[in-house]
Amino acid sequence: MSTTTALPTTALADWRDYLALLKPRVMTLVVFTAWCAMLAAPGHIHPFLAAVAILCIAVGAGAAGALNQWYEADIDALMKRTAKRPLPAGKIDPAEALAFGVALGTGSVATMGLVTNWAAAFWLAVSILFYVVVYTVWLKRRTPQNIVIGGAAGAFPVIVGWAAATGDTSLLPWLLFATIFLWTPPHFWSLALFMEADYSKAGVPMLPVTHGLKATRQQILLYSLLLVPVTVLPAPLGLTGWLYGGSAAALGAVFIALAVRVYRSTAETAKDMTAEKRLFRYSLYYLAALFAALVADVLVRS
Amino acid sequence: MTDPALWTPAERAAFDARRRSRNVALGIVLGLLAIIFFGITVVRMVK
Repeated sequence: MSTTTALPTTALADWRDYLALLKPRVMTLVVFTAWCAMLAAPGHIHPFLAAVAILCIAVGAGAAGALNQWYEADIDALMKRTAKRPLPAGKIDPAEALAFGVALGTGSVATMGLVTNWAAAFWLAVSILFYVVVYTVWLKRRTPQNIVIGGAAGAFPVIVGWAAATGDTSLLPWLLFATIFLWTPPHFWSLALFMEADYSKAGVPMLPVTHGLKATRQQILLYSLLLVPVTVLPAPLGLTGWLYGGSAAALGAVFIALAVRVYRSTAETAKDMTAEKRLFRYSLYYLAALFAALVADVLVRS
Repeated sequence: MTDPALWTPAERAAFDARRRSRNVALGIVLGLLAIIFFGITVVRMVK
């Protein structure tokens, strides 16, 4: 009989591995959009409680990221981009990642409810469950439309931020929701175009894998053409001023111009896909600039 | 993982450093949580 004692997998992990489970880069965008929505909302919230609410949104997003990595460890191991994550690398035990995600998710929702209001807590819970259950478990491995519906998960934080400040939601936060929802497909599909080989290897039915490069480029242009009018809409409806409206139109014109370049591109290999890489990078700055313009508009008008 | 009894001094040192980093991080998080909940209580009482 062997007397060798195996150490638990967690013995290999340090604090950076737990931080990596929370997908901090995704968290940045979520926190920024939620913070902008909170600033743009008409209600008043104590600055300290607002900071705690933002922390709850960040931790909730991190919990969703941890649960996503727990469920996707098998396909993460197959892709170069994700193979070094703590679960496929064997640094954290799956059961511990699950417990970590559930504890953070529950804690963030409960704290949000106690600190701000239960409407914000409800939307935070919906956001976490939507990302984990609808996107990760249900859609991601089944349909090339995974990104379209999954985009809603990334859009919910604006509703949470708005509800935290006002206790309610109105038309403007839902237009901001629609903005992120429609921004997500061109953003992720431009990434998927030059990462197609990776997704194909992992068997994830991303649009470039299932329908080819040409169909993906058409869809990117279609969603870009839908996105820009929605971003401009709050200005003519009187929900924002023309500082935001003008910025949205100018930023959107560049977005469409880059989407047209992607549409016209015939590149077949990742190294030749400069138009796709340019749209992916610009889409990140675009969303940040759009929400910054919204906050600037509110500050100018107040 | 291999039996800890078979570890080299370098492997033992690396293991101890990882464990220490986790403990320090957990201590910081718990300390921050205590400060945050104290702050929430104060703000709620003043409001």
